[in-house]
Amino acid sequence: MRRRLSRLGLWLWVWAVLFFLFAPIVTIILFGFDRSNVETWPIQHWTMHWYSVAWNDPQVRSAFVLSIKAAVAATVLSLLLGSLAAFGVHKARFFGRDSISLLLILPLALPGVITGVALNSAFQWTGITLSIWTIIVGHTTFCIVVIYNNVIARLRRTSNTLLEASADLGANTLQTFRLVTFPTIATALVSGALLAFALSFDEVIVTTFTAGAQNTLPIWIFGAIRLGQQLPEVNVVVTMVVILMFIPILIAARLTGTENFAPRVAAARKSD
Amino acid sequence: MTTSVDSETKRGGPRALHASALARSRWRTAFLLSPPLLWFLVIYLSSLLLMLVTSFWSVNDFTQQIDHHLTGANFAQISSGAYVTIIWRTVLLAALVTLTDAIVAFPFAYVMARIATQRTQRILLGAVLLPLWASYLAKVYAWISILEKGGALNWTFSKLGLPDPNLGFTNGAMWIAFCYIWLPYMIVPIYGSLERIPSSLLDASADLGGSSWSTFRRVILPLALPGLLAGSIFTFSLTLGDYVTPLLIGGSNSTLIGNAIYENLLTGGNLPLAAALSTVPIVIMIVYLTVAKRLGAFEAL
Repeated sequence: MRRRLSRLGLWLWVWAVLFFLFAPIVTIILFGFDRSNVETWPIQHWTMHWYSVAWNDPQVRSAFVLSIKAAVAATVLSLLLGSLAAFGVHKARFFGRDSISLLLILPLALPGVITGVALNSAFQWTGITLSIWTIIVGHTTFCIVVIYNNVIARLRRTSNTLLEASADLGANTLQTFRLVTFPTIATALVSGALLAFALSFDEVIVTTFTAGAQNTLPIWIFGAIRLGQQLPEVNVVVTMVVILMFIPILIAARLTGTENFAPRVAAARKSD
Repeated sequence: MTTSVDSETKRGGPRALHASALARSRWRTAFLLSPPLLWFLVIYLSSLLLMLVTSFWSVNDFTQQIDHHLTGANFAQISSGAYVTIIWRTVLLAALVTLTDAIVAFPFAYVMARIATQRTQRILLGAVLLPLWASYLAKVYAWISILEKGGALNWTFSKLGLPDPNLGFTNGAMWIAFCYIWLPYMIVPIYGSLERIPSSLLDASADLGGSSWSTFRRVILPLALPGLLAGSIFTFSLTLGDYVTPLLIGGSNSTLIGNAIYENLLTGGNLPLAAALSTVPIVIMIVYLTVAKRLGAFEAL
């Protein structure tokens, strides 16, 4: 009896936490359809008006384009650097191997403001003007670990016998890579790229310190909330960002499962 | 180097062959690792180092230019007066958020790992990871909408006949928002460590006459500790450096270290002081990680 009661209590707790996790997200989506200028719960009149306002807002549009550009560039760069790091660390036995994982996770484990100030002081010191390129450099630095995690997890699970078989059958290193290694890690690469894209697309803290005069979408949202301007539009834009992030995330989950899905947590896992 | 390997290969023998293979694999590793390591060395680590050096510089009051003479003035400034209050407030809030998230997350992770069927387990994991990936600003803004005067919380309280909590733009609002945003980062590692506990250990504890409470206290909790500690690293570290949430949802007394850094750098134009303030979260995290490592946070992750 007591056991059943405690089970019941635990399940109630689970439902309460689920409510806590999802109620705010649902609220924000609903407020996007609120006709009123001033948010009041419950919503009285419904409208799609703010969607067309946001869609036609040139500031939102240019911020959106900048965010996409930066996220794509950061994803491509971190795909390259992250998979190189994963291939280098995998199988290699050398001193300080574990420190590499630690180094790569550092920009995600330390508060973003530190990466931001560090990069900002370096750009100021070297006289580099802040632009889309400095945003890309900042984003790449914390996205590399996402790709690294995904690729190294896949490499560890791939059996060596496949590569040996390929070599035995006369394939050279490049052929083995093209015909065996690459197809086995392809989904891990795509999934990692989607996660890196989402991470970059949503980033606000590092971006604040590395962006020049132009706004990315999160910077625009941050500014609008802070100044209390265009709030009905903010609801819509924020909803769009949530949806735009969920699409790559769901695809990534389909491709590789959710094992490396919390980038910070996964990266802290001890490499073995 | 190459010649010696060549001559050894010519002499033949398995040992020589091994040496050349080893040398080749070393070159391969170096070739693969140098681009990412150079990126981190040139861009990230040297920036961090420069930030440390910058923290010992100052800004000339008249010219507003950075004075490159080394001085401890920034550290003297942040170890007294208003900055000490800000640092304490930040550390206390980070600790409170961590504790709250641990308490909220543990029963949830326990059900996920030990009670739910495999199907439910997968659904629950998805239900935790989806909010983790919902936009950060969307989550903060959602809590502004809920907690402000005309928001859903006041509405719910008035329907229940209770007085308005009016939590919007207070330290309480900041606490709720932080707990919400970092909660998934606490659930995932605790779930990971609980899932790995072999059922046989729990059976053994019951067979030896342990009540469910003593099994929990003496078997489950110690084995879940690494997960708890790992989760706490994220909740603690991420609260420590945040300035967006306090700025948007906090009140007049909600200034955290992150805000002080942000304001000194972007509006005050005092990069050296901002750099000095940035070392505070780094030092706190180094201490925290050292203690967590002692307690085994990285072992069962």
